[in-house]
Amino acid sequence: MSDHGPGTVVDARGLRCPLPVIRLAARAKELPAGSEVTVLSTDPAARHDVPAWARLRGHSMVAQEVHDTPEADGGPWWALTVRLGD
Amino acid sequence: MTHPTPAAGRIHLDNGSRAPWHPLARQAFLQALDDGWADPRRLHTEGRRAAALVDGAREAVAQVLGARTEEVRFTPSHTAALHTAVAHVARARRRHGSDVVVSAVERAAVLHAAEHAAAPGGRRVSVDVDSLGRVDAEAFAGALRHEGVAMAALQHANGEVGTLQPVDAVHEAALAAGVPLLVDAGASLGHTAVGPAWDVLAADPADWGGPAGVGISAVRHRTRTVATGPEGPEPWAPGGVSVPAVFAAAVALQAVVEDRVDADRRRRELVEHIRDRVSQIRDVEVVGDPVERLPHVVTFSFLYVDGEALVTELDRAGFAVGSGSACTASTLEPSHVLAAMGVLTHGNVRIALDRSTAREDVDRFLQVLPGAVDRVRDMLGVQGL
Repeated sequence: MSDHGPGTVVDARGLRCPLPVIRLAARAKELPAGSEVTVLSTDPAARHDVPAWARLRGHSMVAQEVHDTPEADGGPWWALTVRLGD
Repeated sequence: MTHPTPAAGRIHLDNGSRAPWHPLARQAFLQALDDGWADPRRLHTEGRRAAALVDGAREAVAQVLGARTEEVRFTPSHTAALHTAVAHVARARRRHGSDVVVSAVERAAVLHAAEHAAAPGGRRVSVDVDSLGRVDAEAFAGALRHEGVAMAALQHANGEVGTLQPVDAVHEAALAAGVPLLVDAGASLGHTAVGPAWDVLAADPADWGGPAGVGISAVRHRTRTVATGPEGPEPWAPGGVSVPAVFAAAVALQAVVEDRVDADRRRRELVEHIRDRVSQIRDVEVVGDPVERLPHVVTFSFLYVDGEALVTELDRAGFAVGSGSACTASTLEPSHVLAAMGVLTHGNVRIALDRSTAREDVDRFLQVLPGAVDRVRDMLGVQGL
């Protein structure tokens, strides 16, 4: 697995929309502004919905990586990193 | 005469691509079952009577489109009209190139047909849209001026989010570049003025209260096509089309165009009302252009809501709505339109009002919606996020 930086990682692989965004939002609520959180997701909707959530909540996208190495269910997965706003 | 209303107590707000039949379409269909059952290609009296219905239908459609009668063809479906339009126009332009330029938010049938026509050797060139779902006319024009472009396709309006596309400016650029432009008017014709800015046009009778199982294709006489597929007298409709369906489609089109201005002012106001009220619900994104749009379409997405659960919850309460959320489709992929716009794809609700949708129907829906959203959010335990 690549380096996701010093931030928190939420592993939502295997969960379908909107659960990856919900798990991410729940974790983000516990963290101070300026923190970085990375959500891992096998659900292709997450790569659209995490940036949309970040925009709606005043956070910013830091990185979006696609991983083609098959996981448990055989498909690709995404690592989406958000920096929390105020 | 009454509209074929849904089952008692049901309110149907999912009228895009499949609306209840217009009463005059039903009447025309029944008449054509009596007068138009014969094969319109035969030379006897019965055949000629059937052919006369088809000819009348072509003439009526041509008049609405501002086209010549011989430019209008009926196809087995809207999808078939799009497939053959892309295939036949791209084939005729093979010497010039094989790339097909499309907007990122075209219907899946256009995207797939473009991919198919472009291969091998060519590419489907996709032009991005902004957050309202609209292509930039300059960017689209730039793409179609490139070397090796066979044709371009731009929808008149997006049926999922309602946003109108800059077809006038794009058609001007296409004409100047000598690149034929297919305009998919499948969500527009019968609802809003479509105008003359097209070389090839496709339209969907089931969208304006005509029958499904018939599509419309119009090709300007100056636009060359070369049939692909097996030889036949009607390569855009192998084996011919249903005469009653064609006749009913044309009668319905004439009927909706007749009072379009009134019907659309009324629906435009209802959509404004829905946009206004829905945007007051917590954590919702109402998407698409609020002004330059189709009169009857409105789409919104609720944060932290499972689209499938919401559609089911609303259905249980008596309301049929559409959704572009992945959770409501057989695939994992959400609506490519919402994705291209960069808006929330989960918790999506798509409304297309019928001409028969009443203000009371909309008000009842708006009363029920916030509670349905709350219940789905409660199930997921997301209050306070």
